Amino acid sequence: MLLGACFLALLGLGALGATGRAPRWVFLGSAVASAGLGLVGAIGLPATPLPFGPPWGAAQVAVDALAGWFLVILALAAVPACLFAAASPPPPRAEGAGFPLFLAGMALTLIAADGFTLMLGFELMSLASWALVAARHATGAGRRAARLYLAFAAFSGICLIGAVGLLAAGGGLGFAAMRAAPPEGWRAAAVLALVLLGAGSKAGLVPFHVWLPLAHPAAASPVSALMSGAMVKIALYVMIRLLFDLSGAAQPAWWGLPLLGLGVATALIGALRANLERDTKAILACSTLENMGLMVAALGLALAYRGADLLPLASVALAAALLHALNHAAFKTQLFLSLGAVYSLAGSRDPDRLGGLIHRMPWVAGCAILGALSAAALPPLSGFASEWLLLQALIQGFRASDMSVQLIAAASLAVVGMAVGLAAAAMVRLVGLVFLGRPRTPRVAGAPDATGLMRVALVLPTLLTLVLGPLAAVALGVLDGPIRQVLGPQAAAPRFGLELALGEGGSRYLPGLVALLLALVVGGLVLLVRRRSPREPARGPAWDCGFLPPPPHMPFGDPLSQVSALGLGQPIRRSLGGLAIAPREWLVNQPPGSPAAATLRVEGQDRGFTRLLYPLARARRALSREAEQLRGLSLRFYLGLTFGTLVSLLALVALLERG
Amino acid sequence: MGFGDTSYDVAHVLGGGMLLISFVLLYQRRIFALVNALALQGVVLALAAAWQGHVQGAPQLYITAVIALAAKGVLIPIYLRRLVMQLPPARRAEPASGIGASMIAGFLLVGLSILVVLPATAGARALAREDLAIALSVVLLGLLMMVTRRTALAQIAGLMTLENGLVLAAVGVAGMPLVVELSTAGLVLVIAVIAGVFARVLHERFDSLDTSVLDPHRGEGT
Repeated sequence: MLLGACFLALLGLGALGATGRAPRWVFLGSAVASAGLGLVGAIGLPATPLPFGPPWGAAQVAVDALAGWFLVILALAAVPACLFAAASPPPPRAEGAGFPLFLAGMALTLIAADGFTLMLGFELMSLASWALVAARHATGAGRRAARLYLAFAAFSGICLIGAVGLLAAGGGLGFAAMRAAPPEGWRAAAVLALVLLGAGSKAGLVPFHVWLPLAHPAAASPVSALMSGAMVKIALYVMIRLLFDLSGAAQPAWWGLPLLGLGVATALIGALRANLERDTKAILACSTLENMGLMVAALGLALAYRGADLLPLASVALAAALLHALNHAAFKTQLFLSLGAVYSLAGSRDPDRLGGLIHRMPWVAGCAILGALSAAALPPLSGFASEWLLLQALIQGFRASDMSVQLIAAASLAVVGMAVGLAAAAMVRLVGLVFLGRPRTPRVAGAPDATGLMRVALVLPTLLTLVLGPLAAVALGVLDGPIRQVLGPQAAAPRFGLELALGEGGSRYLPGLVALLLALVVGGLVLLVRRRSPREPARGPAWDCGFLPPPPHMPFGDPLSQVSALGLGQPIRRSLGGLAIAPREWLVNQPPGSPAAATLRVEGQDRGFTRLLYPLARARRALSREAEQLRGLSLRFYLGLTFGTLVSLLALVALLERG
Repeated sequence: MGFGDTSYDVAHVLGGGMLLISFVLLYQRRIFALVNALALQGVVLALAAAWQGHVQGAPQLYITAVIALAAKGVLIPIYLRRLVMQLPPARRAEPASGIGASMIAGFLLVGLSILVVLPATAGARALAREDLAIALSVVLLGLLMMVTRRTALAQIAGLMTLENGLVLAAVGVAGMPLVVELSTAGLVLVIAVIAGVFARVLHERFDSLDTSVLDPHRGEGT
């Protein structure tokens, strides 16, 4: 009942949004509807056939433990995003219509209990999000990003339809029928490959990640938050549903290795690119790549452990993936909304035009810094718990009897460590450039803080991040249900009371205690400094790093005396950048006699473009040239073509008869 | 029915004769000789059809034989001869092209068609099987001729051979309706007339029978 009401409400709101009237109410209503969906997720719903559906049978919906977990994630990301959208100036009409449809598509994917409904929801989600990206850009780079995104969305849809078709070949389109006839042999391998291509390109796995850092920032801030916070999780859900649940428990251990490899590669490349981007939202999108890579790596590990009959370790890895999905949804939504608030209130997404905002926007800055700390996986905050679980699961890789799993887990451990470190560096760079230092432009120096609904939208996910850190074990307790559903009744979430624990005598992490100790240490230090200091604290002028005092026409200091986004990223770009992008640096010299300074220009293109998309485009052009030449052949050549085809077909027939 | 059986042997000889004439057509450069060979093939085809009619006891095959004799053995060759007579002597032969290569290709094609037909028709009568293999060879040789030859008349001859092969296949199989054979025969007559007109126009406009002279003029309206 509640589910149906929420869906009807979302569809009605979509229609209302299309008229362009009362956009604020559209978004507030969407917030209420998504909260209702979250409630449904928490309650659960047995499999129910709907009174309508495709011609061959009724559509089925169900909310089991796994879908419920992701519905809660969706709601937790959607409510702040809707509130933020309601607090923003009225968007274009297409956005008002697309936003509720986007939410409905994601929820439909989650509640689907047959292949058709699943794909319907997935495609609705893809199309609506494309419309949301394209709505803000009639021309230019944003439109190109939207087109690239549409191409990748269509590709992933086709691959997933193929995978669902292969799964349904055994029985029917219903999930129960698919579970009863799991794929085997080449069909299983094809399902794995298609799911990796389809859901992987939606989740931004290498080498299909190139659209994500372009399309996510191109949308409006709440839409970016939803795409990064929720949509990629839907791809993750589809991956779990198809690979873990519907393909059956008897799949071999090597199934996990492609996921593990692609996941850690994505994590490394995403973290690297996050250090190189010049757009605040693109930095966050690249960080999304990194986190998705970690989650997919954890999934791969869970598959590998399940195949090796190591159920406790499989549940550790799966719990890492699911818990990180929740944590990432919380802090990434919050970061996107914070930086969206910076964009709308301080007017820029370029770190070189921001700076010093911690003084002007204490609320936004405080929320963003907490979110960034969580994204950098610092201990008492939420991001640490899930990444700790993932690293523990990787460390235990030696328990698998298969040598290849052991070696790949060890190598992945190193790469994941590097990616996590790079992600922390990226967050330092983001916070340092945007919120610390001095303002770089007058607009930034006069920016107001977020107020009212916008502040609520920022504080909600921040609270969630804060609460999820110390209480990670409680969230893991909820995770028992999904883990049992996916891995079998013997599995359980890796926790022990309020601790995260790898079984008896294994490593343990007590997040509440760590938070308490840290709070004690910090509080003690503050008290000590206050008490021991003989004088009141006083503010002095900022050190100008040895530069000359700025000229009087630059009241905010010489911009050259503050580090720029490219400058801060340079060491990593020079040392590691070649892994992720094809960087080009060149010096623009001024003509002789000019007193202006020479400038250093830096451009980088993702390796995905240079290695995958450009060769593909070249191959397409070459093919079309060849096809064009076919039109200009002589009569005898046409006859010869026909003749050659006939003869080779006959030869094929002869060969087949022989064999 | 097999080796030593008169009906089988005669049918085999007639089919083999058609195949032989196909090879003659494949290498013959002089157009008169080409037309003569074509006429000979038509006559052999008529004989083969008549023999099949006798063997199968199917009177309609006699009609096929008469049509083949009249059309392919007499009418079309006469028409083509008149066409060739109008050409200057220099044009009555075609520039040499790789005869050896096309002969080898022809051999390979015959081998291929035997490889294809014999296993595919394992259950059928030996006569039908051999007949089909030979007919397929004749068809493929006709196609090969259309591909390798340059002049319009030689290409027409290739088309005729191809059609002869089809009719040979049709008469070898019992129970082929007469109307199919009649319509193919009519079709061939029409094709011959159109091709003849085409060759004549080609010769008048471009002073050549080489169809490749048409290539630069593609897409132009009349």
